[in-house]
Parts: sequence; C-alpha cells; structure tokens
Amino acid sequence: MKARARRIVNTTMGWLTALSAMVVVLPLILILVFLVYQGASTVNLDFFTRLPKPVGEPGGGMANAIVGTLILVGLASCLGLPLGILGGVYLAESQDRRLPWVIRFLADVLNGVPSIVIGIFAYTVVVLPLRRFSALAGGFALAVIMLPIVLRTTEEMVRLVPASLREAALALGIPEWKVILRIVLPTARAGIITGVMVSIARIAGETAPLLFTAFGNRFWHQGLLQPIAALPLQIFAYAIAPYDDWHRQAWAGALVLIVMIFSSSLVARIVTKGRYSGLR
Amino acid sequence: MVREGGAAEGLSLLHLARSTRKTGRWGDRLFRLLIRAAALALLGIVLGLVIVMIRAALPSIRAFGWSFLFTSKWDPVAEHFGALPLIYGTIVSAVLALLIAVPLGIGAAVYLSEVAPSWIRPPISFLVELLAAVPSVVYGLWGVFVLAPWLRTQVQPALGSTLGFLPLFQGPPYGVGMLAAGIILAIMVVPFIIAVSREVLLAVPNAQREAALALGATRWETTRLAVLRYARSGLTGAVLLGLGRALGETMAVTMVIGNRPEISASLFAPGYTMASMIANEFAEATSDLYLSALIEVGLLLFVVTVVVNALARLLVWSVGGTVKAVRE
Repeated sequence: MKARARRIVNTTMGWLTALSAMVVVLPLILILVFLVYQGASTVNLDFFTRLPKPVGEPGGGMANAIVGTLILVGLASCLGLPLGILGGVYLAESQDRRLPWVIRFLADVLNGVPSIVIGIFAYTVVVLPLRRFSALAGGFALAVIMLPIVLRTTEEMVRLVPASLREAALALGIPEWKVILRIVLPTARAGIITGVMVSIARIAGETAPLLFTAFGNRFWHQGLLQPIAALPLQIFAYAIAPYDDWHRQAWAGALVLIVMIFSSSLVARIVTKGRYSGLR
Repeated sequence: MVREGGAAEGLSLLHLARSTRKTGRWGDRLFRLLIRAAALALLGIVLGLVIVMIRAALPSIRAFGWSFLFTSKWDPVAEHFGALPLIYGTIVSAVLALLIAVPLGIGAAVYLSEVAPSWIRPPISFLVELLAAVPSVVYGLWGVFVLAPWLRTQVQPALGSTLGFLPLFQGPPYGVGMLAAGIILAIMVVPFIIAVSREVLLAVPNAQREAALALGATRWETTRLAVLRYARSGLTGAVLLGLGRALGETMAVTMVIGNRPEISASLFAPGYTMASMIANEFAEATSDLYLSALIEVGLLLFVVTVVVNALARLLVWSVGGTVKAVRE
C-alpha cells in the first residue's frame, strides 16, 4: 500500500473509534435530558411527602416508595455487608488453596446470574414458606445480589494492605483476629466503602427481583412481613399504566432514583479519590 | 497505603498487644471459623439456588420433557407450555444487541486505550461508568416513551420503504418490538463490553506496540496487527460477558419488546424473552404446573448465563486481563 493511502486509513480509523465513543455516550445524555425535561416539573415537596393518589386525582407523591427503597436497601445491607466483608477477608487471608478458588469462582458466577432468577430463588425460599410477599423477601433477594460485589472488592482491597504493616503487628504479639479487625480492615476502609457504595447503587435500582418478593404497595408499609413499595417497582407500574398523570410521576420517580444512584456512585468515587488510583 | 506517624502507631500497637495476650488463641480460632462461615455462606447460597430451582422445576420437566424446548404453544389455560418462542426471542434480541454493541464497544475501547489523548480518557470513562449505573427500569421508561415512538414514526417507515423487500423489515411499525428491544439492550450492554475490552487492551504488553511501530506501522496498523490480534481471545470474552448480560436483562426488555409469545421473522414484530415472561407472569401464575413451567424457564436462563459467563471469564483470564466489577 502506498504511504498516503496508509495515512488516510490511519486517520479514518482514528476518527471512527472516536465516533463510536461518542455514539456510545450519546444515549446517556439523551436519557438524562429527557429525565430532567419530563420529570423535573413533577418533583416537588409533595412528591417526597405524600402517598400516591388514586387514578384521576392529580398530585400525590411517592413517599412510601422512597422510604420502601431505603428500607429494602437497609435490610439487604444488614445481611449482605457482614457476610460480604468477612467472606472477602477470608478470601484474602486464607492459606488454603482450593476453597478460596471455588468461592471466588462461585462469586463471579453469582454476579452473572440474571437478577430475575435471584427473584425466583427468594420467592421459593422466603415467600413460599411465609405464604406472603414481604419486605423481608425483597431484602433477601437484594442481599444475594450485593453479596458477590462486596465480597470481591473487599478481597481486593484487603490484599492491597502492605504485608509489612501486618507483620509489624503480628511481631508485637497481637493475635491475628485483632490485627485484621483493628489494623487491616481500617487501612483498607476507603476501598471497602467504595465497594459497598457501588453495590448499594446497583441494588437500589433493581426491579426484577422485587416483582414477586417485595411486590409493591400503594400505602405505607405495615412491617417487614408485609409487601412493601419500592421506587423502581413504582416507576415500572406507572410507566406501563395508561394514564398521563402516572407517566409524569414515573418520570419524576426515575429522576429521583437516578439522582440517588449517581450520588452514591459519586460518594464511592470521592472516597477513593487519589488512593488506589491504579485500581479504579 | 501505610498510615503515617510511626511512633504513635507503634505505641498503640504495643498497647493492643498487651491487652489481648490472653484472648489470642481462642480468639483466632473463633475468628477463622467466622470468616470461613461467611465465605461458605456464598457457597450455600449458590448450591441452594441450584437445588431449589431444580426441585421447583421438576413437575414441569416431568410433564413436558424435551418438548418444553421445542414446542411453541404457551397456553396457561390448557396447561400446555412450550418455551420455543421465548428462547427464540431471547436469542434474537441478544444477537441484535451484540450486532450493534460490539463494533461500537470495541471501537470505543480502542479509542480509550490507543487513540484518545490522555486528558480525554477519564471523562469518557466516567460517562461510560454512569451509563452502566442507570437502572434497567429507567432505560425501559425511556424506551417506552422516547425510543419506541421515534422508531414507529421515523425509523421503521424509512426502513420499511427502503429495505422492505427483506422479511426482516416487513409488517406494520408498532414501535415496540424486537428492534426496540435490541437497541435498548445494545445501549445497556455496551458499557460492560467497553470496560472489559479496555482492561484487556491495557493488558497488552507495550513491547507489542513498540515492535510494530518500530517496523514503521501506522497507529491503526499497530492497533490492528499488534494489539487487537494479541487481545483476540480477551475481546471475545468481553463480547461473551455482554451476551450474558443481554440474555438475562429483564425490565427494559419487558417494557419495549411487546410481550407476545410468537415467532416472527420481522424485527418490527413484538416478541417475548425468557426473562420478561417470568417478570410478567410469575406473580399471576395460578396453578402449580404453570409456576413450575415458569421456574423451568428461569432454570434454563440460569444454566445458559452461567455457561456463557464461565466461558467469558476463562477467555479474559487467558490474556491476563481481570474482569473487575464495573458494577457487574
């Protein structure tokens, strides 16, 4: 090939890759624009403090759904965080060969399992025995989704703690468990918090596993053994309903949800800023 | 990172050592048991998931056998269930998504790792991460109210009048349907493909690039011959990870695919996927056999995604890239 032709191909391909990067980012911008354009006018104080109104009555809000999402995320964290963090410590510290490998592999498998399948799992182990949809079942499903994420990030962050620190502590005769709880984990804190925030951002927006576990509720929740509303569920229900009013509410709900999720991702970024920079 | 302030640190360590000399041994044993139990909990969950689902799907497996996979009548009233249209819809929508997402995703990854000036990389990576953080239901909402109407009024009539001789682009333009599902899935899958491909490309040793450049190759030739070829299997892994995502994606697809269990050659026609069938009908399944059939669909989805993901990981590992969580 002639030199000029090669140069032209080179420049063209360079521009094509830049173009594809732009095309990829475009939908994000479009979605954000539409969310603000369609949703912003409906987000007001009522939206955060009122219950949904029946069809035909304008106004109302999604207070119950916002609280519901917070409760579900809280429940999931109660179960998922301790298991994930301790399990992550095990993966990083264990001298064993086989078991950590198996657990690591299974965590990655679980990470790739579609969330709707995890919903079925939660349905069969929590909803069926209790004979009712409940907040508990929803929280369990979300915990299963968050577990592998927390586990793997904790492992990675614990591995980053310099061995010298650990050795210094051990050399002073401090028992291993205290070295881990008081020295290793606090040192890895920022990274672990990032993992936690990432996993929370992920489960806060999950809808599919809640459809037949938490089920949704148009009123305030009545305890953990009753169905509970969740923001993503409410958005879904309103989006597929045939009422314009509800569509506006759905856009507003989506805007609120996105702001919640982006801010927790942002916290994750700020916490790690400057540290572990090579590791994202 | 090591904390600073050596002397104070040392003193507090000594203090810690003194205060726990006695509790050391059994404390260690207990702690080891505890973290091991936490790790085993994950094993328990995965095993439990498999066992519970197989058991719950058993009535349906017994009743229909292999015909479940190869017949296309889904009739809850007569209690006859065949999942072929769902399998078809799942595969077609995922393949369509990959056809759009793979060239764009790999192109963008090449841009991020080979072409772009270094100041532009962080903001674009940041936007791609945000794209991955948008929840499925929000994509669905946008798909229903923005994408589908646009397809119905602009794109589908145009495609129909120019390429309408192909069976792919025939039939009335509904907006919602296979095409909408494919596009939404492509948007959702692309951030994963970019993230993993970029890792893989960054794992390509610089010696590869330098050797090609030293021989007088242009940047594109270097990328094509020395980088992409070297990273081939890792990139395949990235694509498979995207496929795994696309197969199991639920909410957005449910909202835009039209939800009709039929097989149609046209991309304009509504379809159904395994995941969206479960999402729509699970809470309403009236009989045990119906529920069991839906769980069998879920089991099928589970098996397929596990196989695809395991393959993907092996491929990515083989080039030394790491599949780290971009919110995977």
